[in-house]
Amino acid sequence: MNTIVDILASAGLWAAVLRIATPLILGTLGALLSERSGVLNLGIEGIMTFGAMVGWLAVFNGADLWTGLLVAALGGAVFGALHAVLTVTLGLSQHVSGLGVTLFASSFAYYVFRLMVPVSGSPPTIEPFQPIDIPGLSDLPFIGPAFFTQTAPTYLAIALAILLAYILAKTPLGLAVRMAGENPHAAEAQGVNPMVMRYGAVIVGSALMGVGGAFLTLSAFNSFFPTMVQGRGWICIALVVFASWRPERALFGALLFAFFDGFQLRLQTALDGAVPYQIFLMIPYILSIAALAVMARRARVPQALMQPYRRGER
Amino acid sequence: MRFERREHRPTALVIATPLIAVAAALGIAGILIALAGAPVLEAYWKILVGAFGSKLSITETLTRATPLILTGLAAAVAFRARLWNIGGEGQFYLGAIATAAVGAHLTAGLPGFVQMPILMASGAVAGMILLLLPLWLRLRFSVDEVVTTLLLNFVAILFVSMLIDTVLKDPMAFGWPQSEAVERAARLPKLVDRSRLHIGLLVAVAFAFIVHFIQSRTTFGMRSRAAGLNPKGAVFAGVPLGRTLVLVAMLSGGLAGLAGSIEVLGVKGYVTTDLSPGYGYSGIVVAMLANLHPIGVVLAALFTAVMFVGADGMSRSLGIPTYIADVTVALSLISMLVAVFFTQYRVRR
Repeated sequence: MNTIVDILASAGLWAAVLRIATPLILGTLGALLSERSGVLNLGIEGIMTFGAMVGWLAVFNGADLWTGLLVAALGGAVFGALHAVLTVTLGLSQHVSGLGVTLFASSFAYYVFRLMVPVSGSPPTIEPFQPIDIPGLSDLPFIGPAFFTQTAPTYLAIALAILLAYILAKTPLGLAVRMAGENPHAAEAQGVNPMVMRYGAVIVGSALMGVGGAFLTLSAFNSFFPTMVQGRGWICIALVVFASWRPERALFGALLFAFFDGFQLRLQTALDGAVPYQIFLMIPYILSIAALAVMARRARVPQALMQPYRRGER
Repeated sequence: MRFERREHRPTALVIATPLIAVAAALGIAGILIALAGAPVLEAYWKILVGAFGSKLSITETLTRATPLILTGLAAAVAFRARLWNIGGEGQFYLGAIATAAVGAHLTAGLPGFVQMPILMASGAVAGMILLLLPLWLRLRFSVDEVVTTLLLNFVAILFVSMLIDTVLKDPMAFGWPQSEAVERAARLPKLVDRSRLHIGLLVAVAFAFIVHFIQSRTTFGMRSRAAGLNPKGAVFAGVPLGRTLVLVAMLSGGLAGLAGSIEVLGVKGYVTTDLSPGYGYSGIVVAMLANLHPIGVVLAALFTAVMFVGADGMSRSLGIPTYIADVTVALSLISMLVAVFFTQYRVRR
């Protein structure tokens, strides 16, 4: 009992929660935006891997960190465009197309990485994003070190969640995206082009996924290695359902999820091998499945999700 | 420019589709090989030599194709009924560990020909169980099975990793994390001496024909097809959708579990967490390349095995990263999707 209280009372845990949540927030926002327009993007795991690799590679070759994030966003956008061609223009099965994008993006990332970076004993590293102290706030006891000494991409991810929530709920653009995902035929009748909305949402969403992946190599760690995304993309897909397709809830869901993850890491250390470590590693996946089972029926699925839109064809 | 549904599909076009798709994928992979500074034609030649150049490489390619046929069939039967089973990898591992556990603890001492079918059946049952859970979640709570089957892959592999660290750890393995082994008598006989090729290949091919028979000649096969083409229409026509999907899941999960079981019985005899280099995921590509046709799965599995085994040889001699094999296989999936689209639609200006 004491250990649990000790863990909860350490600022380190809460700082880690925000850190662990960042790629999940970005990935979930990306998947959410895409699904809101009617396109499921299972390419996320591969797109995050590609973003992680290409962002890191840019910085390794002398670009600054922000350029690295931009490159990762562009890399994600390219694969998003591929997914959009397959699912929006051709109207192929979104499930299978997404899996194809994932397989292609991740194996392509490994291939390019191996070509550009020769094999060596220890993986080459870069100088990652450093924590930024928010003046005034970071000096607060406990709260300061826990929440206000994060790296820049973490603040960016939270800001983007709020921005996306605003855009989707309050702007004409957000309405047009939502109409494309709810009823593209009605959208067309209203003068909104659902194809354009879907292309835009998938591409911008994939760019966010790419940045989410790049957070891993440019901020959380300082090198790239295969399988480093480790299923985070799939968890983002589950988090979208948990969040009922709403960005503000996605932020909350990602933080909650990261809390459990950060907590189990510390509990695992505290228990020191009394419980097989694999049990702890299973928790995030089991939690995701449980969250899906609880939320799936209550969630408001975009009505045209996974339905290809073809003009004049119903 | 717009697309128009074709009235009928020319048979020649349908048969040519996978070939066109594979050619397109190899073309794009060729560009990537050229960008790496290697001669493209020589690279392709090395892939063929690596996969077929010697007796050893041919048996190795066929050994690799064996689990791919079974995981490919697993994906194909599920996808046909629009049950998105992406959990082949987890079902493979659960099948493998069930085989090792039963072989080491329950059937040890029995004659080999008695053990083999029991062990394969336990692998298949383990795979079934892992797919029935997500199906139950779909039918009961309408949870999309894509995500749940995927997430269960991670759970299953961690579960296997835990078992081979603890209760099923082989005490003779010098602390190396591997499971206890099944008896020599229970291992699948070799097809070719001094190679890894085992009779599992024949079992896998036999299952391709069995699945083809089930799909084309039985009521269940017809129902599962109807469930995939139009679920609402199928229910209206009196197809018991839930029951059909349960049977599809048992067949699909069973085949993936059997793949793991046969890999244990045929190749290693025990389980490690690197038993599969992604056979479950590659099975999805194999199924799509075959356009979900069971006999096509055998050919698609062979193509995929050629890429993986051949690329190893090519990589060694030309210094191209072996990941080019995964890239090519993934590109084949994407180009196959596009190619299938053009058998169904034509472009109208």
